[in-house]
Amino acid sequence: METAPDLQSISAEAALSPMLPRPFVIKRVRRETEDTFTLELEPTGRDDGFSFTPGQFNMVYVFGVGEIPISISGDPARPTTLIHTTRAVGTVTKAMDKLRRGDTLGIRGPYGSPWPLDKAVGRDVVFVAGGIGLAPLRPALYHVVSNRERFGKVVLLYGTRSPADILFREELETWRARFDLDVYVTVDRAMSGWRGNVGVVTTMIPKAPFDPRNAVAMVCGPEIMMRFTAAEMIKRGVDIRDVSVSLERNMKCGIGLCGHCQFGPVFVCKDGPVFPYAQVRDMLVKWEI
Amino acid sequence: MKTFTLERSDVGALLDALKRRGYTLLGPTVRDSAIVIDEISRVEDLPVNWTDVQSGASYRLKRREDNAFFGFAVGPTSWKRFLYPPIQHLFAMLRAGKSFALPAGTKESTPSRDPKMAFIGVRPCDVHALAIHDRVLLAGPFVDPLYQLRRNGCFVVAVNCTQAGGTCFCASMNTGPRATEGFDLALTELITHKRHYFLVETGSDRGEALLKSVPVSEAGADEMKEARAACEQAQRQMGRSLDTKQLREVLYQNAEHPRWDAIGARCLTCANCTMVCPTCFCATVEDVTDLGGSRADRIRKWDSCFTLDFSYIHGGSVRASAKARYRQWMTHKLASWVDQFGTSGCVGCGRCITWCPVGIDITEEARAIREGQPTEARTHA
Ligand SMILES: Cc1cc2nc3c(=O)[nH]c(=O)nc-3n(C[C@H](O)[C@H](O)[C@H](O)COP(=O)(O)OP(=O)(O)OC[C@H]3O[C@@H](n4cnc5c(N)ncnc54)[C@H](O)[C@@H]3O)c2cc1C
Ligand code: SF4
Ligand code: SF4
Ligand code: FES
Repeated sequence: METAPDLQSISAEAALSPMLPRPFVIKRVRRETEDTFTLELEPTGRDDGFSFTPGQFNMVYVFGVGEIPISISGDPARPTTLIHTTRAVGTVTKAMDKLRRGDTLGIRGPYGSPWPLDKAVGRDVVFVAGGIGLAPLRPALYHVVSNRERFGKVVLLYGTRSPADILFREELETWRARFDLDVYVTVDRAMSGWRGNVGVVTTMIPKAPFDPRNAVAMVCGPEIMMRFTAAEMIKRGVDIRDVSVSLERNMKCGIGLCGHCQFGPVFVCKDGPVFPYAQVRDMLVKWEI
Repeated sequence: MKTFTLERSDVGALLDALKRRGYTLLGPTVRDSAIVIDEISRVEDLPVNWTDVQSGASYRLKRREDNAFFGFAVGPTSWKRFLYPPIQHLFAMLRAGKSFALPAGTKESTPSRDPKMAFIGVRPCDVHALAIHDRVLLAGPFVDPLYQLRRNGCFVVAVNCTQAGGTCFCASMNTGPRATEGFDLALTELITHKRHYFLVETGSDRGEALLKSVPVSEAGADEMKEARAACEQAQRQMGRSLDTKQLREVLYQNAEHPRWDAIGARCLTCANCTMVCPTCFCATVEDVTDLGGSRADRIRKWDSCFTLDFSYIHGGSVRASAKARYRQWMTHKLASWVDQFGTSGCVGCGRCITWCPVGIDITEEARAIREGQPTEARTHA
C-alpha cells in the first residue's frame, strides 16, 4: 500500500471553509402537498439573516445523513428568514421531511446564477413552472410582484401532475385574484371537482397573454418540459436569448470543485443553475451529455 | 535560471539537504512489480537499475545495467495522491442538543504550519499536471484550502525525460520531455561511458538556495548541449502521438459519432483511467455518523465519471451507458477542459493507456473520431 505522509493533523482545521455547513434552526414547517414541504429557517447564534438573488440555491445538510442542492424559494426582499421548498424523493430529502420546528439543518450558500430579472425590466415576463420547479421560480415571482410597475404583462403558467400536487395554493389564489397578474394552472390528470385546465403546460403557451417580441421567459421543471416549453416559446416568436432555464445535475460541492455537475463545458453549480437556453440547447437535445 | 552539474554520487547530498530543511521526501520506488511514488529516505530507495516497458494494457519492469536512478517513465501513481489524497477527512460535527457544532477547539482559520513535502523526480508532464490542478483547485471562485496548504509547502524536483515510455505523447501536448517552468529544481540524468551525472537547472529562489548546501559545479556549454540532445532523443522516441489541431471542435461536433458506440462496447467502466490520470480531480463526499449518532464526519473521496452514481439524479443517471461515460471523460480531457480552465486536461503521460485493462487508447480514439468525421462537420471545423 502506498501511504500519504501523515498530514491528518492539518485536516480538521484547514478544511473548515468552504465545505462547512452553518447551522440554521427550523422556525416553521409548512406542508404543501403529500410529498412536499416548506421550511422556514434562521441562522443560529446570529441575526444577520440570509441574502440571496432569485434563482440561487443552497447546499442543505442533514446531520450525518448527507448534503444536497435545494433552491431558495423565499422572498428576496425579506432576507430575515431562509425558505426552502423540498419534495421528499430519497435519502436526504426524506430525512429533511422528518425534521420539525426547533430542529437544525446545515446550510452553505447561496450559490449559482440568478434569473435574469434585470433584463426583464420594461418587458413582459412569462414564468413557466412544472411540478417542484415552481419553488426555484417563486423568489423571482415575489420580486416581480413587489416591483410590479417596472414590468409589462406578467404571466405564470404552472403545470402539475394532479390538483393535489399544486404548491403554494393560497399564494396562487391571491395572485390569480390580482388584475395585473395572469395565472394559469394546468394538471396532467384531473379529478372530480377540478374545473381548470387539463394537459401539459406547453399547451397554454400559444394562447397566453404576452407579446412574444417583447417577452422574457423563465422556465423551471423537468428537463423534457423545459425543452418543449423553450421550443414553444421560440415558435411563438420569443427570441431564444430571452428564454432561461434552470438545470439540475448531481452536486457534491456546489462550488466548482467536485466535478459532478458538469454539463459539457459548463459547471451547473457555478455557471448555472440558471442558463440562457441558447447556451445549453444543443447539449440538451443530445443523448446523455 | 542557473545551471549546474551534480555527480551521481552526490544525489544523496541533495536528498539530505531537503531532509535537513524539514521536507518529507516522496519519490519513485519499486513495489509490487511497479515503480510507485511513496515516502523515501535515501538514494537506495530509488529504482536504481530498473526500467519499465509499457504499452496498451501492459506494464512490466525490466532490469537495466547503467546504474540509472531515473531510467523509466511514469508509473501508476501520480503526485495528486499527496496533494489531493484519495481519502480526505474534511470535518467532524458533534450533536449539541437539537443543533450541532464543530468540536471545541477547532479554529475557523487556516493553520500556520505548512506540511513540507519534497517531490523527487516529477516528470515534465506531471509538472504540467500540477499546474493544471492549481488552476482547477486554486483559481476558481472557491479554493480548496487543504490542497493549497499542501501545495504551498511542496518542493518540486523535476526530472527531464531522456527516454520516452511506450505510451507517452507529451511532445504532442507540449508538456515535455523537458520541463521549462513549475519546478524548484530540474534534473537531467546523463549517462555516458565516461561519466554519470545530472544537469541541474534552478527554477526558483528556493531551489537556488538549496543548492548552496549541495556539492554542485557550474555547468559548461558541453554539458548543457548533452542534456538538450538527450531530451531531443526522448522526443523522437515518443510511443504515441495526438493531433491537437482543432481537437476541441472536432470532439464537440462529433458527440454522436458512431465510434463512441464501439468504445462503449469495449469499456468496462472500471474507472482505472481516471484513478491513474494526474489531472482527474472529481471527488464525492460521504457523510457518516458514529453508532450513537452523536458525531458526524464528512469524508471526501476520489470519484470517477465512469461510475453510474456519478451523474445520478432522482429518476436515474444522466450518463447511464458506458458510451456516454467514456465520451464524457475524453471530451472533458481534450475539449471542455479548455473552456473551463484555459488548458487541455491531458498532459500526455500515457497512464490511462497503460492501465486500461482492455487497452483503450485515448490517442487512437481521438484519431478515429477525427478521421471518421462526417465530411460536413469537417468543413465546419
Ligand atoms: C440547483 C438545484 C436546485 C434544486 N432545487 C430543488 C428544490 O428547490 N426543491 C427540491 O425538492 N429539489 C431540488 N433539487 C433536487 C434535489 O437536489 C434532489 O431531489 C435531491 O438531491 C435528492 O436527494 P435525496 O438524497 O433525497 O435522493 P436520492 O435519490 O436518495 O439521491 C441520492 C443522491 O443523488 C443525488 N441526487 C438525486 N437526485 C438529484 C437531483 N434531482 N438533483 C441533483 N442531485 C440529485 C444527490 O447527491 C443525492 O444525495 C435541486 C437540484 C439542483 C441541482
Ligand atoms: S488522459 Fe491519459 S494521457 Fe492524458 S493526462 Fe490523463 S492519464 Fe495521462
Ligand atoms: S477506458 Fe479503460 S480504464 Fe477507463 S473505464 Fe474504460 S475500461 Fe476502465
Ligand atoms: S457541484 Fe461540485 S463542481 Fe459543481
